[in-house]
Amino acid sequence: MKRLDTSEIIFKILAYVLVTLFALATLYPFIYTISASISSKNAMDAGAVVFWPVEPDFLAIKAFFQEPEQGVRLWRSYTNTLFYTFFGTLFSMGVSIFAGYALSKSKLLFKRQIAFFIIFTMWFSAGLMPTYYNYQALLVSNRWGIIYGFGVQAFNIILLRNYFQGISQEIEEAAVVDGANELQLLTSIYIPMSKSAIATVTLFYALSRWNGYFWNRILVANANEHPLQVILRSIVAESGDSETGFDYPYSLRSLAYAAIVLSVIPIIIIYPYLQKYFAKGVNVGGVKE
Amino acid sequence: MNLEKERNIISYKELEALREEAIFNEMEKSKVQRYWLTLKSQWPIFVMLIPVIVFFLLFRYRPILELVIGFKSFDANITSNTFASPWIGFHALQELMFGTKEYTVLFWRAFRNTFTISMYGLLFGFPIPIILALLFSEIKSDGFRSITQVLTYLPKFISTVVITSLLFLMLRPGQADVNIQPGVINGFLVWLGAVPNETNLLGNPAYFRSIFILSDIWEGAGYGSIVYFAAIMAISPTSYEAAKIDGANKLDQIRYVTLPGMAPTLTIMLILRIGGILSVGYEKIILMTENEVHWVLDTADVLSTFILRLGNVYGSSAGLSLPPDLVRAFSTSADLFNSFIAMFLVLGANFISRRVSDTSLF
Repeated sequence: MKRLDTSEIIFKILAYVLVTLFALATLYPFIYTISASISSKNAMDAGAVVFWPVEPDFLAIKAFFQEPEQGVRLWRSYTNTLFYTFFGTLFSMGVSIFAGYALSKSKLLFKRQIAFFIIFTMWFSAGLMPTYYNYQALLVSNRWGIIYGFGVQAFNIILLRNYFQGISQEIEEAAVVDGANELQLLTSIYIPMSKSAIATVTLFYALSRWNGYFWNRILVANANEHPLQVILRSIVAESGDSETGFDYPYSLRSLAYAAIVLSVIPIIIIYPYLQKYFAKGVNVGGVKE
Repeated sequence: MNLEKERNIISYKELEALREEAIFNEMEKSKVQRYWLTLKSQWPIFVMLIPVIVFFLLFRYRPILELVIGFKSFDANITSNTFASPWIGFHALQELMFGTKEYTVLFWRAFRNTFTISMYGLLFGFPIPIILALLFSEIKSDGFRSITQVLTYLPKFISTVVITSLLFLMLRPGQADVNIQPGVINGFLVWLGAVPNETNLLGNPAYFRSIFILSDIWEGAGYGSIVYFAAIMAISPTSYEAAKIDGANKLDQIRYVTLPGMAPTLTIMLILRIGGILSVGYEKIILMTENEVHWVLDTADVLSTFILRLGNVYGSSAGLSLPPDLVRAFSTSADLFNSFIAMFLVLGANFISRRVSDTSLF
């Protein structure tokens, strides 16, 4: 058995204590949010909710399912976000997989130049205002504009390229002998063999679509096309008005917490699958060349 | 006849040169031909590249052209074409930096705030993920470690809107007139006696930076520790054994084995961090300050939020009375200033680290 000296034992104890504290600090706001979303109005106003739910009556959560006034805008924005996430991710993945595959070809003509063309944008970007004027000039102002205007990240292309490059050439050569064309190579060899890289990139894209707020808010003029984050923002802001709070059987802060719970649920559900991939992704993504 | 004459006076050297040129031309021709043949055989791959090239040209390179508006006046009533607008030179940048109006004051305030927030972020935000990674590496029980690790990564995947909403809800002051108690964290601080009952923490310039940096740490420290944890795990256990035989205690081991072992990672991350000093995220600050009284901007307004207000994109541009045709020139100039200093910082940090430690990004 290995002998630990005193300093090592102290450090180990310290490590357990601090890590536990940090994990609890991370967890606390999530637990509090759930508790606050289901607690009663009296408990919320009196500040009685500190950790566990107090007098849970679920009224705020129910409001989103039963009251049209609260429900309509939340679920409409929810549908919008599902739309942005689904089609946006589909578009982004299509473009990125093609690009990553093409750049992984060792004999591609002008390969270095094309790679530079893409990687350059990771080091230099025009800045906020020119980007904004550019979106305006290209009329990115509705649902579809958001889908194609925010399609591709250089980092994700490089991540896919690095993964594709690691796939053995011999399998590809065998398939070429059998008469496979490029598209068949991609769909029947490369994609099935790089599931984890593709899952990582899909999750990166989907997450940024799901969480997107700022550009949606300033570019999309029609409020009916606003995503969840924008509506969530206004529900939370309204909870600051004390005057209107008297009209409801639930606390407006509970309503805000409930909206947060509903918006985060999908992420919490996929998180166990998510976390398997992203740690890998962070390390694969180092840019070479 | 003429030809005959020329042939006669041509020297041997010239003849050599002509021959070389002919050979060279022949080679060039076949080079072009070879390119053409490769291109023809690779056409499906080039078709696959069309979408990405179109996307980058439109959405990444075209904005770079739009930068010229920083040196032009722009009036949508005259022409909505950026490139046809009249030039004004460096007027906007000059006014912004050395002018006498309110916006010059606000510009430098934003510059100072950006720098201060980043420096605090560097001071507190940079070491914490490293310390966390050290602590994680010390925990040998795989189950406990992966559970706590996975937990601490989670906030990184939560949207900025949710995080700032939680800040807003948990830090909000109580409302004595309608018998509403303060938000839970505000209430806790009141209970501790750290703040008075009615304090609006988010709307107070004195608290803004601490809240911003603490919530950044809460959000990103776990995720940020991944890359350091990987670096620590890559250090061979025999190095620790050797150090122990030499009588090193735990602190010595960290000092002489762990830190040198993760030095390349530390350097790269530090360079990236320094390169980002002037790019404090606008989204979070906008979300944190939008519903508050404007004087929180005394410490909260950073370059990116200032640029957005200057450009009338988001929020009011109170105190920024610009001639309408110069709005674009001013905001883009401020943007350019920001980009140039940021680029200078990355290059500088990179240069120093290459000199000092042989590790560099490029």
